[in-house]
Amino acid sequence: MGLTANEFTVQFIGTLIKFAIVAGIALNIPPVMVWAERRIPAMMQRRKGPNRVGIFQFRIYGLMQSLADTIKLIFKEEVVPEGAHKAFYHLAPVFAVFPAFLIAMAIPYGPDIQVFGYTVPLSVIHVDVGFLFIFAVSSLAVYGVTIAGWASNNKYSLLGALRASGQMISYEIPLGMSLIPIVLIYGSLDLNKIVEAQTHVWTWGVFLSPISFVLFLISMFAETNRAPFDLAEAEGELVAGFHTEYTSAKFAAFFLGEYVSMFVLSCLASTVFFGGWQVPFFDVRSLDEMFGFVGVGALVGFMSLLLKAAFFMWVYVWVRWTVPRFRYDQLMNLGWKYMIPLGLINVVVTAVILAAVRF
Amino acid sequence: MNPYLPVLIVLIFGLTLGAILSGLAAFLGPRNPRPEKIEPYECGVPTVTNANEKMSVKFYLTAILFILFDIETIFLYLWAKAFPQLGWFGVSEIMVFMVILVAGYIYVVKRGALEWD
Repeated sequence: MGLTANEFTVQFIGTLIKFAIVAGIALNIPPVMVWAERRIPAMMQRRKGPNRVGIFQFRIYGLMQSLADTIKLIFKEEVVPEGAHKAFYHLAPVFAVFPAFLIAMAIPYGPDIQVFGYTVPLSVIHVDVGFLFIFAVSSLAVYGVTIAGWASNNKYSLLGALRASGQMISYEIPLGMSLIPIVLIYGSLDLNKIVEAQTHVWTWGVFLSPISFVLFLISMFAETNRAPFDLAEAEGELVAGFHTEYTSAKFAAFFLGEYVSMFVLSCLASTVFFGGWQVPFFDVRSLDEMFGFVGVGALVGFMSLLLKAAFFMWVYVWVRWTVPRFRYDQLMNLGWKYMIPLGLINVVVTAVILAAVRF
Repeated sequence: MNPYLPVLIVLIFGLTLGAILSGLAAFLGPRNPRPEKIEPYECGVPTVTNANEKMSVKFYLTAILFILFDIETIFLYLWAKAFPQLGWFGVSEIMVFMVILVAGYIYVVKRGALEWD
């Protein structure tokens, strides 16, 4: 081809395209998840769930219910409670939304592809300290919750925010510790390198470090304030927790943040423990040569990752309708007295075994 | 390309999206506040006192402990990255580190900082 391009142009335009795709997916996750979260329990409880709203005469299992809800929500009146701290009240939804998007961009969605002879990584934000970046940003989500609860001038909100932030920071430690053995085993902080090391099923993180996976799975639920750890919005006691006083599009913003972070953690769990974009017993990178067209392997890998993430999203709903809610002291005990010591032991044992095998 | 340039792009996008969602209702929704409507919601009972008052000291304690343990976690990441170069020396050093960390942890547990009741 006579077409030439310099590296910056390729990378920059590539970034914009990747960004548009990931942002489009991330923005469409919440409506689909809201729908799924009403249809799946309906199936479990032998009800029908929302099945009416569709496009014209096509009902498509009521999938458009979420769209209708969103439109309704946006056009609702916004009620700012009396005595609310105005600036912080309006700022909180912003903090609830952007950290989840930042992390979504750091997940490798496929193997590196070659465009005009340049290697383009298939994650929008490709920094070599991927793990540290993800932890730094995910901590920011606590601010949205805390600010929202404090600024609302509502006692339910304040209690919900305190509970939620206490729980989120407590479970961030086991979450962080659960991934240290993964760094030890694969020897990299770069998520794409970790996925590349999981070519065979028996080198998947879940088999090499099963305790890490258990710790990660439990922390995942607590980090997103989901059942069985949804004490922040225990509706029997706290109405809706930190977003009690939020209405209209601001309420939607909190839900957007929550569902995107669920998606992100599902992707992260698949990436770290289930081989990310790898397909079991098959190297997706060989597809490019087989079809003679760049990007086939990347596409298959992308689908593979989305399927794995969808499984974890389903687990979120499944667990929500299966396990009863914890009490706050039980939650804190589990986090601080069981999971943190277990995480430390896991790190030490993994290190000793690895040292014995390698050195 | 600087790998942190996309971070900037995404950050701008995220902040804009949040700001749009936060500001949207002011343009689209109706607006007719009444004294009863804008009262903080307490299940219909008239509100007593302001919400920004004393809260349990347990939450501060949790926050401080979090900072301590989170820094240890981040430190462990760097150690884990350098693990292949350090070899058995790294393992022995981290054992010393763990003993100190666990001593602190046991002290915290014994003093009842993690008791919630």
